[in-house]
Order: sequence, then structure tokens, then C-alpha cells
Amino acid sequence: METPDTGDMTPDIKPDRERRQQDQQDYVLRTIEERGVRLVRLWFTDVLGRHKSVAISPAELETVLDEGLQFDGSAIDGFSRIQEGDVLARPDPSTFELLPWADPAEPSGTIFCDITNLDGTSFEGDPRQVLRRNVDRARAVGFEMFCAPEVEFFYFADSGPVPTTLDRASYFDLTTTDVASDLRKQTLHMLEALSIPVEYSFHEDGPSQHEIDLQYTDALSMADSVMTLRLAVKKIAMDRGVYATFMPKPLNGVQGSGMHTHLSLFRDGENAFHDPTTADGLSDTARSFIAGLLRHAREITAVTNQLVNSYKRINEGYEAPRYVSWARNNRSALVRVPITKPGKVDSTRIEYRALDPACNPYLAFSVLLAAGLRGIEEHLELPAEATMNLYDLSRDEQRRLGVASLPHNLEEALDEMEASELVRDTLGDHIFEWFLRNKRSEWNEYQRQVTSFELETYLPNW
Amino acid sequence: MDPLLIFPNPPPPELAQCLDLDGWSWKAVDNAEAAMAEEPDEGWSGAVVVADTDPEGAFALCRRLRKVEVPIQPLLVLVGGGQLDALELRDDLFDDFCLTPLRPAEFRARIEHLFSRAGRGTRPELVEYGPLALNLETYQAAVDGEPLDLTYMEYELLKFLAAHPGKVFTRETLLSRVWGYDYYGGARTVDVHIRRLRAKLGEEHAGLIHTVRSVGYRFGQSRWGV
Repeated sequence: METPDTGDMTPDIKPDRERRQQDQQDYVLRTIEERGVRLVRLWFTDVLGRHKSVAISPAELETVLDEGLQFDGSAIDGFSRIQEGDVLARPDPSTFELLPWADPAEPSGTIFCDITNLDGTSFEGDPRQVLRRNVDRARAVGFEMFCAPEVEFFYFADSGPVPTTLDRASYFDLTTTDVASDLRKQTLHMLEALSIPVEYSFHEDGPSQHEIDLQYTDALSMADSVMTLRLAVKKIAMDRGVYATFMPKPLNGVQGSGMHTHLSLFRDGENAFHDPTTADGLSDTARSFIAGLLRHAREITAVTNQLVNSYKRINEGYEAPRYVSWARNNRSALVRVPITKPGKVDSTRIEYRALDPACNPYLAFSVLLAAGLRGIEEHLELPAEATMNLYDLSRDEQRRLGVASLPHNLEEALDEMEASELVRDTLGDHIFEWFLRNKRSEWNEYQRQVTSFELETYLPNW
Repeated sequence: MDPLLIFPNPPPPELAQCLDLDGWSWKAVDNAEAAMAEEPDEGWSGAVVVADTDPEGAFALCRRLRKVEVPIQPLLVLVGGGQLDALELRDDLFDDFCLTPLRPAEFRARIEHLFSRAGRGTRPELVEYGPLALNLETYQAAVDGEPLDLTYMEYELLKFLAAHPGKVFTRETLLSRVWGYDYYGGARTVDVHIRRLRAKLGEEHAGLIHTVRSVGYRFGQSRWGV
């Protein structure tokens, strides 16, 4: 019989925080030296969730670790206005990795950055700061959120305006000769090398559509991981002359790409969503969290589904939720509560199904966390479970049952968001206002477009 | 490097954490008999004796450690501020002392100074187990001679585990020893990092880290041959 070393569990260990920081920097600098790293990429994210990268030489890194890298924030979408000027990129040494696809003769490293103002205060235009702030708020009331997204995407022959699929296979098909499964295998390998463990990966319903399910981790690391994943998937595809896309709905009549995300809250190392004394094992915390998500679902949709195109996926149904509802075993619901296997209470979780992979993960995880926490704070009651297939609901039935729809388009979602005190508070004024302005103009531009639907339907007849 | 002798057993947690964070190999003993019985082949590399709770027992142990054929040194005693009197007339029993409550920076400075005076390397430089090698000097890890690319926390976790092969640790212990202050997320954080480490070790070597059901994790073979 093996006995565990439970020794020293005093919670009041006074740790040497500064020293740990220094150790992390030393670790990065020594690794760069030992491995002959030629280039270090500083990574961060703009408000729309696009990956930004600045390359510096290893010689510059020590100074940048100590002092940050100054750059013109007005060059980045959603960062500073022109008159406000410069910000600092401060590398987070705990995220340092060697890029597994770099030329072995010229190793290159990557490191995520926090953006601060020149005086060192956290910069309000940086999505990573938004998520940090919300994670800290959750910690202040004792919770840590874990996320596990299921990321869907398509491989096409190129990025031209007419998408050409690589195969005609569907769910779980064994397509061994298929270049796509080869690509996926290589992608998984790269992800594991980048500290992003994959739970499952398989061929999705649609032709050329694939899914990668990530192993849960804390919200901030997961948002970083989603950024890295999108880059890795695209990069590896590109090397094989294939185009990978996270556009939510690239094909007519074929299900779109979602990013269903599993969420759980932990408190003092225990799963706060689990309660052994209730019939279904769900705690009051879980119920109120879900209730908070449902109450604020319409307000946060502009953030979880930020493109004009996102609503084509939601409106069409398939695996995408259209109605604000929850259920245990009903894939048409917005929030699904997967059955927890006996003895696996730590895996008690809920799944939010609206997100799509074109979201900004930092902002999307922030609004989900904030909406759920608000539910807990206000002890919201969970409405009745939706047991029927909601896709078949007529408008009348929907009204009678009091089931709200998710916004039907980006404009409706923006109207809901603009009126939301929760979203403003979660994102901060700067990002909240910039996002609305940017997205309103996207919608207005879209409204003026003559679409292929109109040309095909009207031109021959009128 | 051979382990440091630590008294008492178990040592105060803040001392254990300091030693682990600095990468010292150490072994706690209950008394002088255990110190003799468990002495490594090459001898103890030094000793840290905590005297603030049981000064009599602690100094008795110091005396025994000094009287053996090859006296154990350097020897650092930890005493409380009110106990400085107890050091009088006992100068031959220790090489330096450090006040409790422990301040990690002071402790580190003292112990490293003691070792440099004794003319010995202050740091264990290499941790090896089977195909795995960690160079603590350069922060590099390798399996079968191939470099492993690890994040800082992955490296720290692997270093801790590999320095204590065969020993089972609960998630909570790993959290407090390896993460220290960064407690958020609780034991789940440990599972996440173990999963990442196994992936990086690769299929062939992922088994170096064993899951001990409903207890925690163990690196390498069990001491009991299980």
C-alpha cells in the first residue's frame, strides 16, 4: 500500500512571489540561450480577436521582459485613439513556448503579452486584461472557472470566394486516404507540443468540417490556447496548400462551425456545480449560474457571435441553438447539462452552445463568466427544462411557452448589448463603445450589399 | 548532490518549500539514530536543524552530528528570536544560524554562503531518472537526449517529481510545493499540468508519471515495487 505525502498543507505559506517572477524570466532567457532561439514573437490580441505578433531578437528580450515593449496602440483595431498614442506590451513569461513548426535550424519562441499604459496600469483596450479582470472578480468571491471548448472549422482548397471542400465524408467517417485527416493529426501533434492537450478530434457532420475538443483548463489559459489553436490550424493547412477557416457559416445548407464550450466553477478545489444531496447532482450554484446565462443570453450574443455571418449559423439550427433554454439531454437547447458519470463528480459541468470560433475568446469567456456570476449573486431561480425539440417550435408555440429566441441578426444583438449594463461593466467602457461602433458600421455596410441571393432570385424575374 | 539532513520530521512547511524551490535534495529524520541509519553512501552534504520548538532535542542532535567520525557540516540551526541565549556556549555545534519565522531570501543567502565557504558546489546540477535528464543549471530537460520543450510551470513540476522518484504526492501537496502562492483553481491545476507534461514526454515515456488512484501522482517506480 502506498501512502501519500500529505505533509505540509498549511494554507498560510508565505510565498516568494517576486522571486518566482524572476525565476520565470531566467527560465525564458536561459532557454533562449541554450536552444539558440533566433526570434521571439510577442503575441497579443486586438478587440475583434485577431492575433497580433511583433518579432524581436533574443538580445532585446531581457529589456522587454523588464520594461515592456513600447508601440503605437492606435495601429491596432480597438486599441487607443490616435491622440492617445503609445502602450506597452509586457510579456507573460509563464506562457513562453518554442514554436514547434519553426525551422529547427532557426528556433523561434512565442510569448503572450499583457498590454499596459506607459505608467504600468492595465490598458483598457486589451481583451486579455478584460478577462484577467473578470477572472479576478470571480476569485474574489472564491470561484475559478474552467473552460473546455469544442472548436469546429472547415478545410477548403483555397481562400477564394467560392469555397471548395476537400472531401465528401461525414461524421466519424474513416477517411484514411484523406489529406484532411493527415492535416488534423499533424495539428494535434503541434497542439500537444504547445501545451494544448486535445480530448478528442474527429470529422464533423459537414463535408470538410472538423472538430477539435480541448481538455479543460482555466479561462485565461484557455483563451490563449484558442488563439494559438486558430493560428496552428491555419498555419499547418497553409503549409499543405489548404485553407482552414473558422468562419461560422461558410456553406449554404451545411451546418456551420460552432464553439460549444463546457464550463465549470471550482471553489477550494471542489467542483461548485456538484451537490451530492440533490436528485440530479446539480448544486444551487450551478442552477443560478445557468439562470444567469439564460437571463443575459441575448445581451452577450453580440460578443459570443460577433459577425454578420454568425447569425446565419444560429438561424439555420442543426447543432446551433436558436432559443434561450436549457436542458439535460436536448441538443437544441442553448445550455446543455451533460450527464455526469457516477464517480466523476469533478466533471460536473454545463455546455454553452451559442459561441462560434470566430469570437474573441477573451471577451466571450468574460461575458459568460460575468453572466453566470451575476446569476449566482442574485440567487436566480432556474426556469423549467426544455424537453421538446425546440427546432420544431412554431412561432405561436414559442410565444405561448415564453421561450425567447437568440437575436436573429447582428443588429438585434447589438441593440441588446447596447442596453446591457452587465456587458458594459464586463468589457469596460473603452471596449464596449469601440465594439458597438465597429460592429454597427459592419452591419450598415452589409445592409447596403446586393447579395447573390438577390441576384439569383430577382434578376431573372424582374 | 547528496541530500541535506533536515530535522525535525516532517520539517515546517515553509522550510520544505524553500528547499524545494531552490532544488535542494533533502531528507528529514526523527532523531540521531535515524540520521545514522539513513545516511547516504557518500554522507550527508550538510544539515539544517530547526531548534525553535524543541531546543534541547535539537541541540542534542547537533552534538551527535558533530561527534561522528566525519562531523557533518555545514550545519545551520534555525532558532526563534527569543532563543538567542540558547546559542551561547554552543558555538562548536553549528556553523551559522538563521532566525524564525523564516525569511526565504535570508535562508537562501545563509545556506549558499555556508556551502561556498565549505568549498562545495551549492546546487544539485543534474537530476536523472531512466531516459529523463534535467539540468538545473540551464533549465533544460531531455528525454533520450532529445530536448523537451516545456513551459516554466511544466518544468518546475517535472523537476519536483523527478527529484523525488517513487514517492506518491497528493495534488494538494504538489500544489503547495510547486505552485506555492499561485493557488487558484486548486488541485485541478495539477491535473491540467500533468496532462500537458505527459503529452510532451510523448507516448513512450508518458508512463513515467503514474496516477495513483484516489491519491495523486508518482514519478517513476514505486519504492515498494508495486
